[in-house]
Amino acid sequence: MKKIKIKINNKKIICSPDKTIGQVAHENGIFIPGLCYHPDFPVKGNCRICVVEIKGEKKLSLSCEKIVRDGMEIWTDTERVKKSRNLNIELIFAEHIEKCPTCIWNVHCGLLGLAERYKIEIKRFPDRKSRRKIYRFANAVEIDGTQCIDCRNCLDACSLLQNINYLELKGKGVDQEVVPVKNKKIDCIYCGQCAVHCPVGAAQEQSQWEMVEKVLADKKKIVVAQFAPSIRVSIGEEFNLPASPSLGGPYGKILTGQVVAGLKELGFNYIFDVNFGADVTTMVEAQELLERIKNKGVMPMITSCCPAWVKYVEFYHPELIPNLTTARSPHIHSAGVIKTYWANQTNIKPKDIIVVSVMPCTAKKFEATRKELKVRGLYPVDYVLTTREFAWLLKKNNISFSNLKSSKADNPLGEYSGAGAIYGGSGGVMESALRTAQFLACGKNKGKICKTRLEFKEIRGLGGVKETIASVADKKLRVAVVNGIGNIEPVIDNLGKYDYIEVMACPGGCIGGGGQPIPTTDEIRKKRIAALYKLDKSKKIRKAHENKGVLEALVWLKEQDKLEYQVLHTGYKKRN
Amino acid sequence: MDILNKIRKAGLVGRGGAGFPTADKWEAVKKAKGANKYVVCNASEGEPGVAKDSYILENFSKEVVDGMKKAIDFLGAEKAYIYINHNYYKKFNKNLAKIIGKALIEFFIKPIDSGYIGGEESSILNAIEGRRVEPRLRPPFPTTSGLWGCPTLINNVETFYNVSLVMSNRCKKERFYTISGDCLWTGVFSFPQSWTIEKILKETKNYPKFPFFIQVGGEGSGEVLDSSQLRRPASGAGSITVYSVLKHKPENLIKGWLDFFLNESCGKCTPCREGVYRLREIMDLPNSDWRLFVDLLNNLEEISFCGLGCVVPIPIKSYVNNVLAKMPGNKINFKGLDKKIIGECFKQ
Repeated sequence: MKKIKIKINNKKIICSPDKTIGQVAHENGIFIPGLCYHPDFPVKGNCRICVVEIKGEKKLSLSCEKIVRDGMEIWTDTERVKKSRNLNIELIFAEHIEKCPTCIWNVHCGLLGLAERYKIEIKRFPDRKSRRKIYRFANAVEIDGTQCIDCRNCLDACSLLQNINYLELKGKGVDQEVVPVKNKKIDCIYCGQCAVHCPVGAAQEQSQWEMVEKVLADKKKIVVAQFAPSIRVSIGEEFNLPASPSLGGPYGKILTGQVVAGLKELGFNYIFDVNFGADVTTMVEAQELLERIKNKGVMPMITSCCPAWVKYVEFYHPELIPNLTTARSPHIHSAGVIKTYWANQTNIKPKDIIVVSVMPCTAKKFEATRKELKVRGLYPVDYVLTTREFAWLLKKNNISFSNLKSSKADNPLGEYSGAGAIYGGSGGVMESALRTAQFLACGKNKGKICKTRLEFKEIRGLGGVKETIASVADKKLRVAVVNGIGNIEPVIDNLGKYDYIEVMACPGGCIGGGGQPIPTTDEIRKKRIAALYKLDKSKKIRKAHENKGVLEALVWLKEQDKLEYQVLHTGYKKRN
Repeated sequence: MDILNKIRKAGLVGRGGAGFPTADKWEAVKKAKGANKYVVCNASEGEPGVAKDSYILENFSKEVVDGMKKAIDFLGAEKAYIYINHNYYKKFNKNLAKIIGKALIEFFIKPIDSGYIGGEESSILNAIEGRRVEPRLRPPFPTTSGLWGCPTLINNVETFYNVSLVMSNRCKKERFYTISGDCLWTGVFSFPQSWTIEKILKETKNYPKFPFFIQVGGEGSGEVLDSSQLRRPASGAGSITVYSVLKHKPENLIKGWLDFFLNESCGKCTPCREGVYRLREIMDLPNSDWRLFVDLLNNLEEISFCGLGCVVPIPIKSYVNNVLAKMPGNKINFKGLDKKIIGECFKQ
């Protein structure tokens, strides 16, 4: 496409003619504020704060919707622009009741940032939404009507992105309100995409950091933290938040050691890495796959480590419950191992151990409360913090994350393979399981030539449904990876086409989870994913079955009476 | 002569209020590429003080349907809709259905709670598609991407009526005027479109003997003019509402307009949803901040999402400038508003 020349604030810019003013400004490091625009969604033009003035045009324009034209001259900060923009920000502030002291946003709140940048009078208009309700979805997500600024990103996330359609707009004008639908056939899956797309924290996780602070202060408890594969590649964003993603910033930085150090600083007694749990999951899942193939069990087998997907199956497609692998999810696996194997080794009473998972996910909060997961009467995981809550705790305690000296996770549950590392990206679970399933299948046929593959690049990345054929145990497995629950229906309609399916409810997988730093866009998802594969490549061990710690724990579990199944497997039930 | 040239030569413009050249619109839909094409007759008539579409449907249904058929034929449209408000549907559907016969024309009843915005053309598209009744971003315009993404011609009832007259060589370059308010002979009249407001009021024996002002183009969004400004044609949807100065207090008038827009705002954009709410709030405060009031009005004009938001300032500003500013003396006796403030804030 032929490039064109435009000017923004007198700066000459060459750009392609199919972009909006906002996109061109973003690419060139020119800041234009915006609240309702998100690259995941079509332009809405609701908040009206990205106003610019264009030479020769009678009215102001919106940079989110206006397409550039050759010779266009644009200004982003004239008196006219300021007047309209600031007034709209002030009007928006009056919709949002500031709950700053307990808001995990307050350290990098988009609204407060704008107020500071433009010297906004926050209280120019009296708050008008004090009587709005807070809608809570299980213990995972909430939408606080007293903070909603009517940008409607949550609606787009729930409908356009996830195709769940649990949220709707009730009423009109000043009375409009985002509410859950009344239709009993629709339910929230707790994915938290509404939260990760909300610019002001009105949709957010139901926080557990207060409870975690309390147990950390309780000296009688051994408080253990374990952190998910995808936390380490996203947490950096919380501490060097750039004005806009194009300005570079800390996307895709691997910060495993700093995460451990930060958790130690917060006072956790032990820190374990859920990558270990991921290796356990891979082992359990790969074995189940082989058994299903051998015993002609229910196929296709479908992954179950995404709790939003599990909720989706239980509510919308209970007929698929037999297809779900009985393997528990990684943090439940590692927590089960902590409260049994590790407790036994260290001689700590399981009931004195509190396990806190740091997850990229809001649905994990719900998962942790599932009764069927109890091991010897105890919930494996006691609390779940999102990446954002973890960052908030660090900030609240004035822990300078960027200056922390890298530290190592505790053993024996700190070791992990490259296969565990890639769990955080869409396709990662499948790739890890295939690496191990191929090996395990061969192990029994030592006479034959054993074909194994390490990398399955065709099922990586941000495609909606990714497919490949993988040879496992003399069989050509037809596998599919569903990236984002919004892409699930065509796969469910064609289940017979596949032998093994991975589903992650959030676009990009856990790195794009509902508990991740804001903003999360495709540009950022790609960088977080790339970091995971970099980590995989850097590991000497890249297959779960080579993780000695995991093998030892599994052997120990096998030796115990009735413990193995309790720690490693689970069941599902129809919900309505 | 083909239909487009005839319409162009007759100088037809849209009669919904915006006055867009009809031939240009028809040509744009004709030229646009799409799997299907649609025609919509806008019979929602949501602007208070305007009743001409009702009058036309009552008296000239044949012409309206004929105009629609001409559009269907010209465009090769798959289907046409009469987008009609509930009351009009009840009154006219039987007669219209008879005239429509087997033509590809269906009724679509305007959703009851959709209000004023339910008559805006891109909101009509959303209504017919079963979406939330709100305006759409433009571009793309309905002419290229309307119903289900297909090129769609949306014209007002009066426009289709006019097309029919043009095609049967009966066009007299007249238009319909709705006259209401503080006058005796209210109703819908047809006069040459060149006539001035003054002439129309005099001709209908409605020209008041008392101090008055008028609102032209609708009691919601119309411009307010005083008696010295009437030597101009009636713009917009062609309505004239007469107000007696004595009878109408500034506070009630401004509150009334704001209540109307507050009630009709769809809630999509900040300047309208929040701005109108705050404008109304200012009217209830003991000391009205007129500077902020005007800033909020200007913001609506400048950057609200759709035509509804943009017109909120029209009645209020024109009333202040054309009526209040011309009151004798300096004090207006209205919430601290005086001519100095009007001069500084309202005049532009």
